[in-house]
Amino acid sequence: MSELRPPARLKSAAFRKAKSAAFTGLLWLTGVIAMVPLVLIIGYVLIKGTPVMSGAFFTQTAPPPGMPGGGMAQAFMGTGLIVGIGTAFSVPLGVLTAVYLSEYGRGRLATVVRFVAEILLSTPSIVAGAFIWAVVVTTMHSFSAIAGSIALTVLMWPIITRATEETLRLVPNDLREAALALGVPRWKMVLRIVIPTAGSGILTAVMLAVARGFGETAPILLTSLGNDFINTNPLQPTDAVPLRIYTYAQSAFTQWQSLAWGGAVSLLAAVLVLSIGARILSDRQQRRLG
Amino acid sequence: MSEAPQSPRTEHDAETPVRRRLRIGDSILSGTTVLISVGLVALLAGLLWVLEQGAAPALMKYGLNFFTSRQWDPVNDRFGALPYIYGTVVTSALAILFALPISVGLALLLNEVRSKWLRNPLTVLVDLLAAIPSVVYGLWGLFVLAPFLNKYLAPALAATLGRLPVLSSLFVPTPAVGNMLNAGIILAIMIIPIITAVTREVIATVPHDLREAAMALGATRYESIRMAVLPHARSGIVGATMLGLGRALGETIAVSMLIGNGLGISASLLAPGYTIPAIIANEFREATSTGMQHSALLALALVLVAIALFLAAASRLLVRRSERMGS
Repeated sequence: MSELRPPARLKSAAFRKAKSAAFTGLLWLTGVIAMVPLVLIIGYVLIKGTPVMSGAFFTQTAPPPGMPGGGMAQAFMGTGLIVGIGTAFSVPLGVLTAVYLSEYGRGRLATVVRFVAEILLSTPSIVAGAFIWAVVVTTMHSFSAIAGSIALTVLMWPIITRATEETLRLVPNDLREAALALGVPRWKMVLRIVIPTAGSGILTAVMLAVARGFGETAPILLTSLGNDFINTNPLQPTDAVPLRIYTYAQSAFTQWQSLAWGGAVSLLAAVLVLSIGARILSDRQQRRLG
Repeated sequence: MSEAPQSPRTEHDAETPVRRRLRIGDSILSGTTVLISVGLVALLAGLLWVLEQGAAPALMKYGLNFFTSRQWDPVNDRFGALPYIYGTVVTSALAILFALPISVGLALLLNEVRSKWLRNPLTVLVDLLAAIPSVVYGLWGLFVLAPFLNKYLAPALAATLGRLPVLSSLFVPTPAVGNMLNAGIILAIMIIPIITAVTREVIATVPHDLREAAMALGATRYESIRMAVLPHARSGIVGATMLGLGRALGETIAVSMLIGNGLGISASLLAPGYTIPAIIANEFREATSTGMQHSALLALALVLVAIALFLAAASRLLVRRSERMGS
């Protein structure tokens, strides 16, 4: 452990106090600097995007270039489809991996699984897209919603696993022991006692993963491609809200650009509601389980 | 969880049908979870294997030239990734340069502020910064941040630092909307929450005794942080930075919207550049699916994920070590 190393010669007390006060001021400054972009981003998105919100925005599909009107209906449907299927894949996978780590995992395998789950959190999302393109899109010979869902699963599985494992560990061991002492088999103890007790924590994990799924652009770009029309067939190319924002923002048409801001409002609202909701749920859970 | 009791089973237990059924339930659940957990490990292995297979043709054909050549010419099947590697390195370095001091300051602030009513909202807000999708950062960056920076920051830099003898080449102004400095700044905003969160975690494990000892010796807040907190948290902060760097290297959408996607290598930070993730995002869909172009792009993806996973693993080990030192 590093020992305390006082400077060879101390400056005057007043100077040291002033220096410390200046430093504290700098710390507050970093807080302000970090908050400025948050406020500006949310502010600009609301100001530029809210006027775009209308019935047509949610019910009409992509307008032709340079034409007024139109909406992002196909993108909302597509995001629902892609993220919905992705969630259906990743929730059971993520939760069961977490159950293994918290209830069964011992020894080397558990260490390896935990390590892999943690470093997979850092997979660049574009790489998940390229991987699923190589595996799914090339074998099916078509871009598709399902390929997008699988790419999202690569990203959401580790998120759900990590967050769920943490929450399962908050379940008091007394509860487990009480159940086992009553002669309840282990699997029943896990399914009937541990998972329900951790219920809202697991929901938190899922909400965070879904929020991430809503916002992902790069993997969807390489796997679902996008589509100007509403598509409900998971095997066909499908649109997504972030994908539309990406294309429209870089287009030369002001109508498209304003649609991009409208998409950004919807996306930001969904993501922030999920994140804040998850935060509130997990605070409550932690207070309950202490 | 090693203290969790195993279900009691001794040789005296009669093998009744009920008991057997209960045990089958156990093997089903534990078997399924083991299988799926192994699946997660297989996913990582599969990802690396698939990318390696896809990248092999390009890496075999071009060898080291792939990383050192500036020629990226899909029409004539020439692929050198140097411009993308350069752009990725420059933007990530800028991001770390800007984000690190702010994140460490923020983490210290969140740790120093004792009043709950200020600390909790601040923590939540920093987390929200992490929740904003990268395409929203890109949109805002493209229409708000970049015009602002191009109008005020770029001319100011060119007029001041741009006149200094050595730094001048870094700040040669260009008329382009997108440039590497803008991309670095948006990246910095995006990785602040990550570096802050990990740094905070590490700082929280610095033993109280150490700070109290510093205080008892008459150290001011600044001195106690410099002499007791920061040295103790150093390897953890390095770990946090590596995690942030990994995120910055792989960030695709916001960077691709702000960097200008210009080919070529320019020393000026005010000139457009291109990054590895951006070229993958922009060319992947247009590439013909049998050609060398896909292989080259997959090779870039492989390089990217290898570096990102290495950084994540190293970061985890450093943070672990730093935290263990605390307890």
